[in-house]
Amino acid sequence: MSALLQLSGVSVAIGKAHLLEGIDLALDRGQILGLVGESGSGKSLTAMAAMGLLPLIGGRVTAGEVRFDGTDLSTLGEAGRRHLRGRRIGFVTQNPMTALDPVQRIGAQIDVVSRLHLGLDKAAARARTLDLMAQLRIPEAAAVAEAWPHQLSGGMKQRIVIAMALAGDPDLIIADEPTTALDVTVQAQILQILAGLVRDRGLALMLITHDMGVVAQLCDRVAVLYAGRLAEERAVGPIFAAPAHPYTRALTLCIPREGMARGSLHGIPGAVPSAAAYPAGCRFHPRCARADATCRATVPALSALPDGGLVACHHAEPGAP
Amino acid sequence: MRAVLRAFRRPMGAIAGGWLLAMIFVAVFAAWLTPYDYDIQALKEAYQPPSPAHWLGTDEFGRDLLTRLFHGARTSLSVSSIAIGISVLCGMVLGAAAGWFGGRFDRAVTVVVDLTWSFPEILIALILVAIIGPGTTGTMAAIGVAYLAQFTRLTRAQIMMLKGETFIEAARSLGAGNAHILFRHLLPNALAPVLVSAMLATGDAIILEATLGFFGLGAQPPTPSWGAMMSAGSALVFKAPWIILFPGLAVAITVVAINLFGDALIAELDIRARMRRAA
Repeated sequence: MSALLQLSGVSVAIGKAHLLEGIDLALDRGQILGLVGESGSGKSLTAMAAMGLLPLIGGRVTAGEVRFDGTDLSTLGEAGRRHLRGRRIGFVTQNPMTALDPVQRIGAQIDVVSRLHLGLDKAAARARTLDLMAQLRIPEAAAVAEAWPHQLSGGMKQRIVIAMALAGDPDLIIADEPTTALDVTVQAQILQILAGLVRDRGLALMLITHDMGVVAQLCDRVAVLYAGRLAEERAVGPIFAAPAHPYTRALTLCIPREGMARGSLHGIPGAVPSAAAYPAGCRFHPRCARADATCRATVPALSALPDGGLVACHHAEPGAP
Repeated sequence: MRAVLRAFRRPMGAIAGGWLLAMIFVAVFAAWLTPYDYDIQALKEAYQPPSPAHWLGTDEFGRDLLTRLFHGARTSLSVSSIAIGISVLCGMVLGAAAGWFGGRFDRAVTVVVDLTWSFPEILIALILVAIIGPGTTGTMAAIGVAYLAQFTRLTRAQIMMLKGETFIEAARSLGAGNAHILFRHLLPNALAPVLVSAMLATGDAIILEATLGFFGLGAQPPTPSWGAMMSAGSALVFKAPWIILFPGLAVAITVVAINLFGDALIAELDIRARMRRAA
């Protein structure tokens, strides 16, 4: 029995740029998978690959396969993949401010998804829309449905975007940094809503974020990407307790904690290399304290950890059980 | 549509919009508003200055100038707005296709459009009237083609800009197809700026129509047009100045009114202004 969403050894290229290499991920119903990494590490591209959106941005899967519910996406035509998007996989975009069409009323934008994917008529679609809006705790749903996007706050817009993603009754929601553009107080509400959906409806959620704090609160498993490769993939408990990859360790040190001494918050020196200038060997070695000659020459393979996780590092810490 | 109504609530918009409505009214009901015919000559009555019987005076053939001005409004307004309508329609189709498909088709359209863009509209219109022949149909076609470049460019730029918006990405990732994205998202969003620019272009088109009429290339006698009336009056400017004055004023005030109303409409359609009011 394979997982709902399974990426095995997926490599992705756009033109001549090879942007993702050998990504292995699995996500099942009722699970939340956090996809973390700095900007440019390939998080959003991984999401695009999972939705079969790559051909539309000129990208292609060069190796490995993406399976959704057992079906290899590459065997489906664009029409088949369109049937997955919205119906089986809902997508929540990064910036709710610009994710809604400014010249359409809110309700109509949600209606159209269930009319398209569930074949509902106008009245049934609107009933479903209002029902979804109520579930997402949008007050006065009927009035909001008649409003224009510019009349809503950011948090409210993000709920609308989530309602759109849910309207086709999907099994998987992919949320690309759903809270980055929102106030901290609203962030917590949106995350609660997403977590509630997983709990109540048995949805699978792929949460793309660069906020390790959010990951610690919400996720079941975490995949850490660095420069287009998987660095570490583990359950959330051990990854924070005993990170195996030095990059993961560095990320966990970037989270501010209560009682920290002034000035002890870490950053990671350097920046993610661009796809045109990836270093040989382990791509993290220029920023890694543990790097040696092996790291500079040889690409570390993904190896299994005792707790069922994966790590790609020549000097991985065993990961205390 | 609601923005048009709101534009009327602005003082300038109300004055300008009122004038335009009045012009449309006299154009539609020209035949019933005065006791005279626009084409019956009464040479005994020629060259009369404005009087209670002839509010704007009479022309060199003794025809009532007010009657001719009303009928001239019919010609000027219908020719210029139909021409712009055709131009907007063709320009949007062409521009949307160029912006949507991109590639070679886009480059071909852009080259042709930029080529016509580099000539003044009047030159293009004159050449086309020379080819098609004078008259209302020729004038409409000439004006339509002269403004085609403007709407094609505008629509193309809008479509290309909107294509990269997050809500298009969102629609796609929820399973929307090409037709849905083009007709439900891209074109409705591109519509407002194109319509405002069409409104402003109608003002220019009235001037262009009057210019062609002035050169005798527009509506042919005895059909009155504002340009042809001014042309007739220009020879008599010292003998009977009212013959050129009133059609000239009609053109000037109408064009200014269109621009002012266009400004009010821009202010109403401006999303930023809308957000400021909401805040």
